[in-house]
Amino acid sequence: MVRQTIEASDVGSPGELAELLDRHAYLAGEGLATAAFLALRMGRPLLLEGEAGVGKTELARTLAAVLGAPLIRLQCYEGLDGPQVLYDWDFARQLLHLKAAEAGGLTDPARLEGEVYDRRFLIARPLLRAIETQPSVLLIDEIDRADVEFEAILLEVLSDFAISIPELGTIRAERPPVVVLTSNRTREVHDALKRRCLYHWLEHPSFDREVAILLRRLPSCSETLAEQVAKSAGRLREAGLVKPPGIAETIDWTEALLTLGARELDPDLAAATLGALLKHREDHEAVLGNGFFGDLRG
Amino acid sequence: MTSAAEDLVAVMTGFARTLRAAGVPADHERIQGLLRALAHLDAAEPRDVYWAGRFTLCASADDLPRYDRVFHAYFGGLRAGRRQPAAVTVTRHTVGMFTAPGRDDGPAPVASAGSAEVLRNRDVAKMTGTELAEVHRLLALFRAGREQRRSRRLRPSHRGRLDSRATIREALRRGGETARLRYRVPRTRPRRVVLLVDVSGSMTPYADTLLRLAHALVRCEPRATEVFSAGTRLTRITAELRHRDPATAMDAVSRAIPDWSGGTRLGEELRRFLALNDARGAVVVIASDGWERGDVSLLGAEMARLSRMAHRVIWVNPHKGQEGYQPLTAGMRAALPHIDDFVAGHSLAAFEELAGLLGETHA
Repeated sequence: MVRQTIEASDVGSPGELAELLDRHAYLAGEGLATAAFLALRMGRPLLLEGEAGVGKTELARTLAAVLGAPLIRLQCYEGLDGPQVLYDWDFARQLLHLKAAEAGGLTDPARLEGEVYDRRFLIARPLLRAIETQPSVLLIDEIDRADVEFEAILLEVLSDFAISIPELGTIRAERPPVVVLTSNRTREVHDALKRRCLYHWLEHPSFDREVAILLRRLPSCSETLAEQVAKSAGRLREAGLVKPPGIAETIDWTEALLTLGARELDPDLAAATLGALLKHREDHEAVLGNGFFGDLRG
Repeated sequence: MTSAAEDLVAVMTGFARTLRAAGVPADHERIQGLLRALAHLDAAEPRDVYWAGRFTLCASADDLPRYDRVFHAYFGGLRAGRRQPAAVTVTRHTVGMFTAPGRDDGPAPVASAGSAEVLRNRDVAKMTGTELAEVHRLLALFRAGREQRRSRRLRPSHRGRLDSRATIREALRRGGETARLRYRVPRTRPRRVVLLVDVSGSMTPYADTLLRLAHALVRCEPRATEVFSAGTRLTRITAELRHRDPATAMDAVSRAIPDWSGGTRLGEELRRFLALNDARGAVVVIASDGWERGDVSLLGAEMARLSRMAHRVIWVNPHKGQEGYQPLTAGMRAALPHIDDFVAGHSLAAFEELAGLLGETHA
């Protein structure tokens, strides 16, 4: 893998970015490459929506690798609040400091306050960390899992790329971090937040792209196997399963098949490795019961 | 501005206007975003225009097919993007569609007068005037609990989570003395309930009683209840229902609603309702028999959006209480997959069940 640092502003075109992503084994389609290119050049967050497993999170990881920047990840869940995502004070150390001051007979309130709210007692949570780290890629993963109020916090930070701390003042990013938000669309993201972002709906890859991705990620995979896997995955996505396989699952599945020494897919191999592809009992039953892989034989 | 740039602005503004007509929220701010995006791409290259427009003018997957269509029509003959995304079906809760769960637990929220027992299970559409008056009297005494949601705010308490910030503040106030710890717990707030009451012709036997129920719910939680009448013209009637006296309130409501006993275009009404952003995080109660005169696929699509935006969706159908009822109307069938609870709404007992649902806590 190539290790180098590239400035976001040095990327000249969507095509160039697609090539850079390709070097890190991420094959982006024209739409995604253009969206990511604009996010880099315009300094705007990129909101990626799409079904689970189409490569939303992976894009953020790969962008970080391309830019040689750390990836700061914020996994969303219900109940997230300010101290968990912005900053918090290191209570234990503050208390220790006060105890020490108390023991030393220091009681001047103004001085104590200044000491206790010092930068060294501040714990940077993901959003503050992203603002303070130059350059960085901030991944806000599964925003649809956080509650609505949380979006208000994000809105503030993503509008100004600044966080104001009452006791310290405002901390502003010299250069905004590259921000990727992902949503599986279990609920609608608030329009105000969407306005801040470039919006891209990411689809499952086409057959050709999926074959290309498999060959790129798993060099030992034969073209025949990649094509059979991609064809099966495409059909499974149309089959109305509880959880249709994403690209991550097809890669896992192919890897499992390769581990078993497969050169081609057959019904027995498929059944034996199905757990890498489908993660619901109902889906296993539906697929095996219907003889889904039956036409692979002969 | 050069004339080429002016041309670009004019072309894109025209494009955005056409998009808006097709229902994509391409407003002025979003057009600015598009123009800024095009500054980094090639505005003479149709594919660049296609993508830049898609990222900046569209706000959801539902917009994409419309965007593709308008892009085709407006820029003619240019190859637009690939096929529309596959429909995403999101089922939030297991939906007990045809079996309303029995709720024997907890005290009955309706006043337990003797006459109430007799009237509890009777269909209000089949009552005499005196009986109906008695039901209205009981509805005026109606109490419904409300689901509490945990607020983001915390309040001080003598137990709960350690409030480190307050503890340090307290210590500073005491000149650095660190003896006292402060705690806090999350505040709770009643979750908002939004009612949409169908007042179209087919609902005539029930609309009056349902509006009285709405009045009772507004009275229980004045700041966390909104009521709309729906038929052909969505109308907010919360203010009218704030009158304490039921008769006065019903009078005001009847004057406010312009489309009594007309047709039903629930799909369009829902779209208008969702545009108000009132559904977000709320428990949305739709009281309707699902006799949709408009486009049923629109109703289905808007219900899907509603279920993503709302905390819960409860559908109250007066006919559900009748023996042998099957949700066969096209509107009802389109809506059902997106509903969390499907309940009857024809009798006091049915209202009790609804009250129970509103008081329950759902994650």
